[in-house]
Amino acid sequence: MAIVKTDRHPDLPPPVSQTGIIGWMRENLFSSWLNSILTLISLYVVWTVLSAVISYTIINANFVGTSQADCTGTGACWVFIKARFGQNMYGFYPESERWRVDLGYVLGAIGLVLVLTDIVKNKKWPAIYLFGVYPVLCYFLFYGGFGLEVVETSQWGGLFLTLVLASVSIFVALPLGIVLALGRRSEMPVVRMMCVGFIELIRAVPLISVLFMASVMLPLFLPEGTNFDKLVRALVGMSLFSAAYMAEVVRGGLQAIPKGQMEAAKSLGLGYWQAMTFIILPQALKIAIPSIVNTFIGLFKDTTLVLIIGLLDLLSIVKTGTTDKNWLGLATEGYIFVAAVFWVFCFSMSRYSIWLENKLHTGHKR
Amino acid sequence: MSDAAMSKAQEQAAIQLIGMHKWYGDFHVLRDINLTVERGERIVVCGPSGSGKSTMIRCINRLEEHQQGQIIVDGIELTNDVKKIDEIRREVGMVFQHFNLFPHLTVLENCTLAPIWVRKTPKAEAEATAMKFLERVKIPEQAQKYPGQLSGGQQQRVAIARSLCMNPRIMLFDEPTSALDPEMISEVLDTMISLAEEGMTMICVTHEMGFAKTVADRVIFMDQGEIIEQAPPIEFFENPQSERTKLFLSQILHNG
Repeated sequence: MAIVKTDRHPDLPPPVSQTGIIGWMRENLFSSWLNSILTLISLYVVWTVLSAVISYTIINANFVGTSQADCTGTGACWVFIKARFGQNMYGFYPESERWRVDLGYVLGAIGLVLVLTDIVKNKKWPAIYLFGVYPVLCYFLFYGGFGLEVVETSQWGGLFLTLVLASVSIFVALPLGIVLALGRRSEMPVVRMMCVGFIELIRAVPLISVLFMASVMLPLFLPEGTNFDKLVRALVGMSLFSAAYMAEVVRGGLQAIPKGQMEAAKSLGLGYWQAMTFIILPQALKIAIPSIVNTFIGLFKDTTLVLIIGLLDLLSIVKTGTTDKNWLGLATEGYIFVAAVFWVFCFSMSRYSIWLENKLHTGHKR
Repeated sequence: MSDAAMSKAQEQAAIQLIGMHKWYGDFHVLRDINLTVERGERIVVCGPSGSGKSTMIRCINRLEEHQQGQIIVDGIELTNDVKKIDEIRREVGMVFQHFNLFPHLTVLENCTLAPIWVRKTPKAEAEATAMKFLERVKIPEQAQKYPGQLSGGQQQRVAIARSLCMNPRIMLFDEPTSALDPEMISEVLDTMISLAEEGMTMICVTHEMGFAKTVADRVIFMDQGEIIEQAPPIEFFENPQSERTKLFLSQILHNG
């Protein structure tokens, strides 16, 4: 005899023990004896570390004062950071001109917000502003000209220099990296060999030696009398270095795109550059976002290596400060401060990349 | 196109393959292919896997390069000349086994991208055309969705609409139903049948023998890189000449 089901089973709510805070805790923290013990041990460890950190950095710390004499507490002495704050931020940029740097920050932040977030839908003008107008504006604003007093790059320093190094390198490395990656996959042997040669050469050399080469050896090869700015040499070195890494990251993205995408584009009559611009690169770059941001974060932290060619970025200027005879013995505070600043920037980049990935997700990735 | 050029094109066959050979490295995949497709003719290509069916139709729009012989599409001979290749690709639409929709673009953007950038059609006009073809394949309500949100059958119909938006004179179908779930095959076939009824020149690589019987003017059987037999569908199915065709037909008809 055939069995036929005629009525549909009704929708029921899930069992109570699986929902709510208590359900969650029972499932995740106290599901067994072992699990409960591990949870308690972990809570103890977290509490011990956190309470030590908080008492050192906040409860027992000194915030008020002007000299080392005010460092009376058992914890950190933030007076040191406060007293040298200007130098940490701007290096030896003349105090009367520091508004130019701040203005540059504000203009850059406006551009970044417009381009990177969803506030405006049409990104054409913001992009032209950020990638075309803003760099030129910054050059005159930071260096001088048009009635602004010239501030030599040797006076630049601190966080300002770190940001200049990082943003210029990122700004150059991404497009150059894309071009190199496309070149590496090109069907033209000469182009391909040149790109492979460049990428493999740069990747096989430590950044420190690239910086040394750019700053010490490059002038030896150039004709007598041509003198590049030290900062420009460091920028060239860092940009080329990160472009090589970026090229490999982008290549990874390109390889993840199925062959059929290019075939579909071709069969519709799109040319190579159209197919790349509209079909392949948007997808490849999206896949590569985590690695691209990873490279950016690495690059941001690598800017500290310019210390060895005598540029005073955030780390080196704080380090210099710790040897000041008026502020001896405060290296810990200095390094915590540097670490915190780097953390804020790198963590922001990381969160942004996660947000961007979610935004660009169009349901084809399961 | 001027009137003179138009009439000249009409005189010629839609597609001519003359003594065409192709190798993958040392492997001789296509051997002495001779095929003429008239305008408005509907051709079904079948044969066992690895017989070179897909490779042959992919040569027609130069997704694969042939090494010997001639391919003349719409009066234009395919050579290394990139301009001619692009010209042919604009006139020849292709539908793939795995759809190959652009996953980062909406259905509507998939359909308007090529008309806007290749044909330089104004955006509004391209969108109107796209909606017209999406209606024809019966999914206008999905225009704002992404391909990843559609079923296989819907995706394939979008792919057909996307090709049609370029207003091609010839359509190539490379196993359009092979990657679909059984219940979705008929919706795609129906779209193809209605296209055939309008007189589109079509070459379909497919195992759908029912489709071949209904719409094909000619069935072509390929095996091991050669065209073994070509005949009108009735003759082909009822009275196959070669042993290999008979074997192939007995296998697919018994299993399918």
